[in-house]
Amino acid sequence: MSTPSPDVAPSGPAGNRPASPFALFIAFSLLALQGFGGVLAVAQRELVDRRGWLSRGEFVELYSIAQMLPGPNVVNLSLMIGDRYFGWRGALAAITGMLFAPFLIVIALAAGYERLAEYPAVAGALRGMGAVAAGLILAMAFKMLGTLRDNLLGPWLCALLGLASLVAIAVFRLPLAWIVIGLGLLGWGLARWRVAVVDARAARTGEGR
Amino acid sequence: MNTLPAGDLLALFLHFLTLSLLSIGGAMSTAPEMHRYFVVERGWIGEADFTTAIALAQAAPGPNVLFVPVLGFQAAGLPGAAAALVGILLPSTLLSLGVSRWGASRRDTPLVRAFTAGLAPVTVGLVFATGWLLALPFLGDPAHRNGALVLITLTALVTLRTKLAPIWMILVGALLGAAGIA
Repeated sequence: MSTPSPDVAPSGPAGNRPASPFALFIAFSLLALQGFGGVLAVAQRELVDRRGWLSRGEFVELYSIAQMLPGPNVVNLSLMIGDRYFGWRGALAAITGMLFAPFLIVIALAAGYERLAEYPAVAGALRGMGAVAAGLILAMAFKMLGTLRDNLLGPWLCALLGLASLVAIAVFRLPLAWIVIGLGLLGWGLARWRVAVVDARAARTGEGR
Repeated sequence: MNTLPAGDLLALFLHFLTLSLLSIGGAMSTAPEMHRYFVVERGWIGEADFTTAIALAQAAPGPNVLFVPVLGFQAAGLPGAAAALVGILLPSTLLSLGVSRWGASRRDTPLVRAFTAGLAPVTVGLVFATGWLLALPFLGDPAHRNGALVLITLTALVTLRTKLAPIWMILVGALLGAAGIA
């Protein structure tokens, strides 16, 4: 139970990786503390763009799995990243980093909330931070778009599935679980068919040589 | 802040343990059930407390799942907060660890390859939708629409073009917002 799976890439594209579980704890604490209005975009920024522990493609892959599973997506993502470097100790370090400091802050806020809410500047600051959070997420979405170029579904099926999930959430406001399960299963089935096509083609060209 | 007898605290913990495995897509998907249990069935907290818990978790740094320990805190103080957080995370975390290891060891099998390839476009679509939903309240607010649109666009451009840490952009957003500019 204590060793991560050996056939998972142990380091990011530039050969970077965390030095210890404690380094994971610090990295996840720092990114969680920057995560106003959502941690996902900050996680992508810190782990992929700045530290280089994962490639963009690996990040999309892990996040896709994380959101199919029950539990908060970013907590699942943290544990998967921690686990692949240091087994269960890494998973624990990453989750604790993600939650501990923000937990203390949110409880302190809950205890002192009524006094804070009276200041209009506080509401204004929260609004400004919300706009930045929206910008961070949109930039992240554009970066993720590039990772679909190598997807074995091909551009048309990718566009179809992506637009369907966008419209289902943004326009029809369907529950997230329906979309993840419904479109996820559809995407899985289509991709399974494409895997068979791609593998059969590879086998034919292999025989032809 | 209130306190609850030990039996109620245990009931709270068990309730979150069962909700954990139902929280596909994040803890927010079980918020309606938490509302039913905390506000309607048990009466531990009021309507306004529930809304405040969600708003606080969204305003504070960290994952939005932290609205769950705030609910626990409102109902039963610090022990309630700890019971709620551990309860909502423990089962889902153990399951996710097992499933992700199982998948990682079968990464090259057709089913797992198809799973990650098939899910990726859905994920990208959902992230675009999240950005849209986060930006939407600003578009419907004439007093702050232009300032917010500039801030959203600038943040996206800086993120795409530089390696600046997000905290600096958030700080600028907070200052502009507090000054009433954005």
